[in-house]
Amino acid sequence: MELALGPLLFNWPADQTADFYARIADEAPVDRVYIGEVVCGKREPARAGALAGAAERLERAGKQVVWSGLAMPATRRERAATRDLAGASGGLVEINDTTGLAGLDGAPFVAGPLLNIYNESAACELMRLGCVRVCANVELSLEAIGRIAAACPGLEMELFAFGRLPLAMAARCHHAHWYGLTKDSCRFVCEHDLEGMAVSTLEDEPFLAVNGVQTLSNGLQTLDLPVAALQAQGVTALRLSPHLGDMVRVARLYEAYIGGRMDPSELRAELMAMNLCGPLVSGYLHARAGRHRAGAA
Amino acid sequence: MELVCPAGTASMMRAAVEAGADSIYCGMADETNARNFPGLNFTPEELADAVRWCRARGVNVLFAANTFAPAGRVVSWQRSVDAAVKAGVNAVIAADIAVLAHMRDAHPNTRLHLSVQAGAATPEAIGFYAREYGVKRVVLPRVLNLTEIAELMRGVAVETEAFAYGGLCVMAEGRCALSSYVAGRSPNQGGVCSPPDAVEYRESAGHLAARLDGLMIDRYAAGEPAGYPTLCKGCFRAEGRDSHLFEDPVSLNALSLIDSLRACGVTALKLEGRQRGKAYVARITAAFRAALDGAVAGPDLLSSLAEGGRETSGAYKRGWR
Repeated sequence: MELALGPLLFNWPADQTADFYARIADEAPVDRVYIGEVVCGKREPARAGALAGAAERLERAGKQVVWSGLAMPATRRERAATRDLAGASGGLVEINDTTGLAGLDGAPFVAGPLLNIYNESAACELMRLGCVRVCANVELSLEAIGRIAAACPGLEMELFAFGRLPLAMAARCHHAHWYGLTKDSCRFVCEHDLEGMAVSTLEDEPFLAVNGVQTLSNGLQTLDLPVAALQAQGVTALRLSPHLGDMVRVARLYEAYIGGRMDPSELRAELMAMNLCGPLVSGYLHARAGRHRAGAA
Repeated sequence: MELVCPAGTASMMRAAVEAGADSIYCGMADETNARNFPGLNFTPEELADAVRWCRARGVNVLFAANTFAPAGRVVSWQRSVDAAVKAGVNAVIAADIAVLAHMRDAHPNTRLHLSVQAGAATPEAIGFYAREYGVKRVVLPRVLNLTEIAELMRGVAVETEAFAYGGLCVMAEGRCALSSYVAGRSPNQGGVCSPPDAVEYRESAGHLAARLDGLMIDRYAAGEPAGYPTLCKGCFRAEGRDSHLFEDPVSLNALSLIDSLRACGVTALKLEGRQRGKAYVARITAAFRAALDGAVAGPDLLSSLAEGGRETSGAYKRGWR
């Protein structure tokens, strides 16, 4: 079972981003790092240098770097960057919008969790186009993942295993909207909330988090099943989504979990002791509402 | 432009056609379509009857099988479109590449439309679906403004259909799991947003609370009209401030933009509302029919449609974002 670090979904300043990846390169026991702006094309220019530097450093440290494409490319620049991602990176890429499929020309790719792959026939279609790995859409249950994996021999199956779940994308920037701005005049207000802005009900029950044009869960996904249960359903890699706090420690905990040195309840207890930005959830894996708490009956 | 109207039931279909629909769209009474509500949609026999009735009047039947098949159950979606093709529908509307691939392989002569749930918003994405699956028409995501639609139309070789009236998804269609995160089912997983059996209205302390699976989505003062608890139109608290954070409880009305959409080269206008009543569908269909025929000035129609509810031109106008 591999460990992968997902793309950074939040709008962190360039220097913080560079520092984050430097530490991941030096210390985190992850095999693969997805890098690149997925959420908002407006953030791309300010961070491009930091990400390019990070990619080099990660590769020097022996990590496989996979460039992730935008989830909703819209402008000409964004569309061109998405279409040309495979050519520009020269390596494996993660596709998060159908726009990215248009420019692959047979090059191998990872289907990101923001592509709508819900069944084995859709996964087989993507394999025909060069897909080598699917990071399962977060709505999928473990059983559904198992069915897809069983019907698609040779397809690697990655599971979103840690972090706020990417639930929705929009043309409107909710962050800008909250500040009385629009997407075009946004002043990059999403940088105020480095793990997203928590959204609660009127009864003060937090349940979502706004991250620019993206809406995430407030709860953080984790795994409340033995690692053997994941392997039995064909899962070959776990994705950890970057958050504030000690991601190296998070990676080490999941490494211990994969290695059988830590059971799911210990993993949960260790994570909960880390002062995370929300409760731990796992409902989707069990074909329940995604917000269902991890480890709950 | 072609006027495409909802047919949640056979009687709604007749009302839409009598009010001037050029095409109707409908789905099977199961989770293969994105309006899987109790009492709606068609059996294969009803669909065959509907096709005969529409064909006699020169009206097209567009069949929506536009949800995503769960793993292990693709065959149900295949059966659904097989039955629709057998019934003689004019086109199948799909989003899942599993369904698109089945249409390409099993029914290459049946016209294929790409559902809005596929979220194809760029010439590259649309070109991909046209090239790989032979899609002839794309229902445009409600994320594009008019300038972008005009630019998009210059880069695509297929027909386009634009939403003109009705419910407005604030999130990109087919890219939203808010409903399943809260209540276990979503448009993609189960064909329903805010499943009705998870909705509850409860009064307490002089307020009426609209809840989804127990979670308060909005709160209304006594006598205030209560809306359906759709997550993206709910009232929530962020940084201590209460607001309709994602979008106000509004619906889409692009009646005043018909000329602009026509100038962009859009082929068809789509009205949303298979879950609404047939009187509602008859009224909006008649209004758009009149507007398309140039019979009445826009503002009069607008006021006749508004029904006290609030409306927006949504993403079509730039400032919405």
